[in-house]
Amino acid sequence: MANLESDFVGIKSPNPFWLASAPPTDKEYNVRRAFEAGWGGVVWKTLGAEGPPVVNVNGPRYGAIHGADRRLLGLNNIELITDRPLDVNLEEMTRVKRDYPDHALIASVMVPCEEDEWKRILPMIAETGCDGFELNFGCPHGMAERGMGSAVGQVPDYIEMVARWCKEATDLPVIVKLTPNITNILHPAEAALRGGADAVSLINTINSITNVNLDAMSPEPMIDGKGTHGGYCGPAVKPIALNMVAEIARNPETAKLPISGIGGITTWRDAAEFMALGAGNVQVCTAAMTYGFKIVQEMISGLSQWMDEKGYTSTADFVGMATPNVTDWQYLNLNHVTKAVINQDDCISCGRCYAACEDTSHQAIEMSEDRVFTVKDDECVACNLCVNVCPVENCITMRTLDVGEMDERTGKPVEADYGNWTAHPNNPMSTAAE
Amino acid sequence: MSNTPFSDGIQAARLDAAELSENFGDLHPRFDDHEALVAADRCYFCHDAPCMTACPTDIDIPLFIRQIATGTPEAAAKTIFDQNILGGMCARVCPTETLCEQVCVRETAEGNPVEIGRLQRYATDKLVDAGLHPFGRADSTGKKVAVVGAGPAGLSAAHRLAMHGHDVTVYDARAKAGGLNEFGIAAYKSVESFAEREVDWLLKIGGITVETGKKLGDGLSLDGLKTEFDAVFLGIGLGGVNALGVDGEDKDGVDDAVDFIAELRQADDLGQMAIGRDVVVIGGGMTAVDAAVQAKLLGALNVSLVYRRGKDRMNASEFEQDLAASKGVRIITNASPKSVIGNGAVREIEFEYTDNDLKPTGQTIRLAADQVFKAIGQTLEGDGLPELEWGKIKVDDSGRTSVAGIWAGGDCATGGDDLTVTAVAEGRDAAEDIHAKLSA
Repeated sequence: MANLESDFVGIKSPNPFWLASAPPTDKEYNVRRAFEAGWGGVVWKTLGAEGPPVVNVNGPRYGAIHGADRRLLGLNNIELITDRPLDVNLEEMTRVKRDYPDHALIASVMVPCEEDEWKRILPMIAETGCDGFELNFGCPHGMAERGMGSAVGQVPDYIEMVARWCKEATDLPVIVKLTPNITNILHPAEAALRGGADAVSLINTINSITNVNLDAMSPEPMIDGKGTHGGYCGPAVKPIALNMVAEIARNPETAKLPISGIGGITTWRDAAEFMALGAGNVQVCTAAMTYGFKIVQEMISGLSQWMDEKGYTSTADFVGMATPNVTDWQYLNLNHVTKAVINQDDCISCGRCYAACEDTSHQAIEMSEDRVFTVKDDECVACNLCVNVCPVENCITMRTLDVGEMDERTGKPVEADYGNWTAHPNNPMSTAAE
Repeated sequence: MSNTPFSDGIQAARLDAAELSENFGDLHPRFDDHEALVAADRCYFCHDAPCMTACPTDIDIPLFIRQIATGTPEAAAKTIFDQNILGGMCARVCPTETLCEQVCVRETAEGNPVEIGRLQRYATDKLVDAGLHPFGRADSTGKKVAVVGAGPAGLSAAHRLAMHGHDVTVYDARAKAGGLNEFGIAAYKSVESFAEREVDWLLKIGGITVETGKKLGDGLSLDGLKTEFDAVFLGIGLGGVNALGVDGEDKDGVDDAVDFIAELRQADDLGQMAIGRDVVVIGGGMTAVDAAVQAKLLGALNVSLVYRRGKDRMNASEFEQDLAASKGVRIITNASPKSVIGNGAVREIEFEYTDNDLKPTGQTIRLAADQVFKAIGQTLEGDGLPELEWGKIKVDDSGRTSVAGIWAGGDCATGGDDLTVTAVAEGRDAAEDIHAKLSA
């Protein structure tokens, strides 16, 4: 079985699966059980300044998007940082770290944007024996209205400034957690790097309204007839998170900045995908909130099996392996030609490929009287929509045409050479050498 | 209760009231809201869906299932009733395993179809139970149409005609409307007087008068109807029962399965229904299965269903055969009745083994029997009917008979299988043709 031991910016854990800062990591009772269940580390739910703790709403805190069979695809929350006293959290963290020295315990922190606040609290927290800090610059609701959370994360100068204060205040690793509620993830990532952060973690939750109550005419979750935007997470946000991780990983300036990947990770495969795009480890929340702590066991066994099959002996072997293959559209090979192929043995004749292609794409699928569906190669642009709507996995696949083979749609044989838009004759900015 | 399954002869109350109530409960209990959502989620919303094609009434099944999935079962019911006004009963009695569910692509993919029948029941029950009738009548046309037979074909025709603004009078020989829905199917397929409630609900359209206790040749004549009405629709079903044609058929204890089924459906107290200890049902269709299963459920000790050809030739669907087997009915195939034996009342019945071409083998068996039910098919009854073909009223695709002004549909007419859903389709289509004719 592959060795899943993880070393993320010097923080060691038995595996790369951490529980993200969130309700599951709010207290000793939960964190102990999470470690017993197999989680490699936890980022303790965000600690705030000393004094009276924040208060939460007393109505619903979560809204959700469901798929078929009410599978939870997206979750949104309006919960704030920990609402328990700082000293209680610190005592519990100390006990947990003492009893689980080999597991990672990271303190998530959010205090007002003042130097002495950060510099006072970090050493206090460090006394718990925690392995590092995660600066919560991501929380998009409630705390942002008070100048914290994403209000900081949306201003690169603030990120840099606070990261620098924190690095001056502690020798422990400092991870900056980024908000996706910005236009370009590179700006906050570069700011964190400039501030001296050891790593970034992303994504935090996305501003969202999941539903509208059509009787009360209010957003959900609804508190006494009103709603507010919450932070969106869960499987639905994974594509957004993957892209942001990839953007940071392939940006020359931030390429070496370690990344803790977060965003809808539900299975071992999701985790492997984040890591392939450059995340050194991953953090999970919604999957645990949906299925409980036990799901980490599938993540561990699945990742181990896949690594064994691929011959990877350590997670470092494959971290970032997919990053070089993330490119810009203009560099995609326009001479690569594929066509959809429907496997008639697997086809169940539902006709969804036909409806999708006929009504909304390129009219490239033919339907016979007896419900046999075939691809018209002379119309197929290889858009992949039929593959995506087909309910049977691998029933429709894309076949790559051989070099020299005729593309019946264009009437031209497939060219051997790589050719992209930058050199394409239709491109007025073409840089092709004549 | 003094009797048990072991009591000799034909006896009532072989089981106590609790057992009978349990046995005759709903065969497929209605989905609750959660079950319906889970089942509806499985539909792929196929293009030009095979299930729709397989439905004799062409219900837009993917649409109604999507309407259930999106929380509007009332709209789903409307989608169903648009095509099939008896969608509630069809949801209960349709052999879905040989129609829509057989061709469901998830049957193809996983051997596990979307449960279309039960979803249809979920939706239709919502409206019928609430007493909501989603259709109104067009302005009166002043035309009058007679419908003979208040079974599925007649009711379907009557509703559609009334909707188009015609005034309809429905005649039925029995004391109650409903036809086979009311008298001809197993009790566990239509619990809580559903057939009766459905008729009441259907009649909410208005413009339909039901006159019971009237049949052709007994208070009604085709000529009279033709004179009095602008059009006539015949949905008179098959009133006659085929005889075995063997010695001893007239002995006590030899009964028609349809009578047993009708009596049981109308019984107020199942404890009063007498049934034999050793029951033999002869036939291979739905009626045979309904009789055999109900005999067993009433407490008969041994029930055999005997069919003269092989299992694959039985008209009863595989689901029905399995249902019978699961209730403890013994299915004997390739055996043809030879003689009924007994002194006054049946004691035994002798069969000869036959191959699938009904060729006798010379080998015989005898089964103990204190009650025998005949279920070998029904025949059209009546004189002076329009031209017949294969023993049924000959109709074209629009239900027109050989006589101008007379249409026919359902079991009494040619075309289609003898199914409730087919009768509904034929009644509806004939009504549309009548409407077109009367509007011309």
